[in-house]
Amino acid sequence: MKPGVDVAVAIEAVNLVCGYDGNVVLDGVSFRVERGEIFFIIGGSGCGKSTLLRTLVGLISPSVGSVSFLGRPFSAVDAASRRAILKTFGMLFQGGALWTSLTLRQNVALPLEEYTDLSSREIDEIATLKLNQVGLSGFENYYPAEISGGMRKRAGLARALALDPEIVFFDEPSAGLDPVTSRKLDDLIREIRETFGTTIVVVSHELASIFGIADRIIMLDRVKKGIIAEGRPHDLAVNSRDPRVLEFLRRGDLPPG
Amino acid sequence: MVAVPENSRACATAEESGGVLVVVVSGVWRITAPRPTWVGFLAGRTPPRVRVEVAGLEKWDSSLLLFLFEVQQWCRVAGVDCNLEDVPQKMRTLLGQLETAQATSVPFNRSESFLTSVGAATLETSRKVAEFSRFVGDFVLSTVQFVRSPHKFRWRDCLNEMQQCGAMALPIVSLISFLVGVTLAYTGAIVLRQYGGDIFIADLIGLSMVREMGAMMTAVVLAGRTGAAFAATLANMKANEEIDALETLGISSVHFLVLPRMLAMLLMMPLLTLYANALGILGGMAVALGLLSISPTAYWVEMLTIVDMSDLSVGVIKGVAFGFIVGLAGCLRGLQADRSAVGVGQAATSAVVTAILLIIIADAIFAVIFNILGW
Repeated sequence: MKPGVDVAVAIEAVNLVCGYDGNVVLDGVSFRVERGEIFFIIGGSGCGKSTLLRTLVGLISPSVGSVSFLGRPFSAVDAASRRAILKTFGMLFQGGALWTSLTLRQNVALPLEEYTDLSSREIDEIATLKLNQVGLSGFENYYPAEISGGMRKRAGLARALALDPEIVFFDEPSAGLDPVTSRKLDDLIREIRETFGTTIVVVSHELASIFGIADRIIMLDRVKKGIIAEGRPHDLAVNSRDPRVLEFLRRGDLPPG
Repeated sequence: MVAVPENSRACATAEESGGVLVVVVSGVWRITAPRPTWVGFLAGRTPPRVRVEVAGLEKWDSSLLLFLFEVQQWCRVAGVDCNLEDVPQKMRTLLGQLETAQATSVPFNRSESFLTSVGAATLETSRKVAEFSRFVGDFVLSTVQFVRSPHKFRWRDCLNEMQQCGAMALPIVSLISFLVGVTLAYTGAIVLRQYGGDIFIADLIGLSMVREMGAMMTAVVLAGRTGAAFAATLANMKANEEIDALETLGISSVHFLVLPRMLAMLLMMPLLTLYANALGILGGMAVALGLLSISPTAYWVEMLTIVDMSDLSVGVIKGVAFGFIVGLAGCLRGLQADRSAVGVGQAATSAVVTAILLIIIADAIFAVIFNILGW
């Protein structure tokens, strides 16, 4: 835990069971994310990482179990409380998920228009700042179709950060990015946490990011349908006895014996 | 001492000492919560110097940055010395970024002169004409390829499309054709009754449905139902790079995607037209029986005195042509679509509008041609 960061639980998931069309993908997943922590959810393809993330942000309702944010329950609450919690979130989707009919500036401005009483000049100032922070200065009036995939992702991040959320979720932030941009994104994630004490939850299988910025990770497994390892990435890579964890964290090179 | 209302959790207080206005910010500054504004805070005063201090600041975000930026900008304009040395380094860095962002951002200018707009529109039109010509060329080539080697054709796709645009369209075509027959019969009855020519309702309905309304209404229904679906599907495939994937494999998207749909339309339209004719005649028959007390047998016999095979052929020929138009408009607009969610919507709308417009034009041309031929 970083000094100066309030020690409290940001996210608490209790006994989550989720799936699609009767197929259980996650069965009895429980974990806690501390405030100000950079928390990674890792695992092989199809292990339910994205399902877990979508359940956390409320896009999927768990069949059993509950999620709470900063001590406030999120599952099964009324619309007003849900909206109040949702405005403390930011989420970066895999492809950026920008609204194609709006310019980048309008994309970033929309959450601000929806949730604040700021004047249009102030909203403009913040949108410009956020786009500048992700390296998209000068592209404010571009439409998503006119920029590259990496830029769309960065614009998506600017939008996710528009309301200075307390918790930011990232779904595969490095997917489709070159190593330099990916590294810059990692730096940016760390910087956001250092500046605002933001809690960051990342779904990823990018080892460079996992070892570079993660404070703590949980690893999901498709067969177990749940968590098979939890801890600091370096500790797990060195001390874990589970061959699945070692195989993943050591890029497939199993230690002899 | 000036203080911001207590209920606001973002708090700023000011104290003037020795010609310096010391502004102290504290509390919780959240962008989604109310915050003090610098202009309201000054209340008309013009201090010679301003110093900002931070004390008891629990939480902050961009809202505090906006406040400090406002202070800084005001001081710059008013020529007042602004001291931010007591503000934490992190905050000053972000403030610097905010200032740089505003100063260096030169947004892409989208405004253009009238001449540029005209030029761009001309280029766009010529591009669309070229695209259309290429599409028609590809279509002809694909048709030739189909005729030469029909065993390589994707019959399964074609059958699926036939089911979609044929069998699945039966309920809506039934309803609309029956109601068109009913409406025509009611309207015709008003005039025919005045002259005692009730029985000629059968001629009116028979001719209108078989020559005109059967094909027309089926085409309009299919333009809205199938043409829009073709356009949306192809536009979505384009947005997902599925069409690029076909092209990189050397497979013609027209041959793979357009031809099965077109063939399905060309085969189904005449059948649906005949079906629509029958339902329209049935609708007219129901009104004739209920309103004018004409028995179905009399109605049928009277109708056969005027409706012959040439009328039936006219309807079927029109049906095939309209089917061709609906399929072509749907596929063309789908392949021309922009790669975005908006593009998909526009393609569907454009496909329906283009199809209906071309159907009406084609119908007028057919009227002239059949008149000359004496059909």
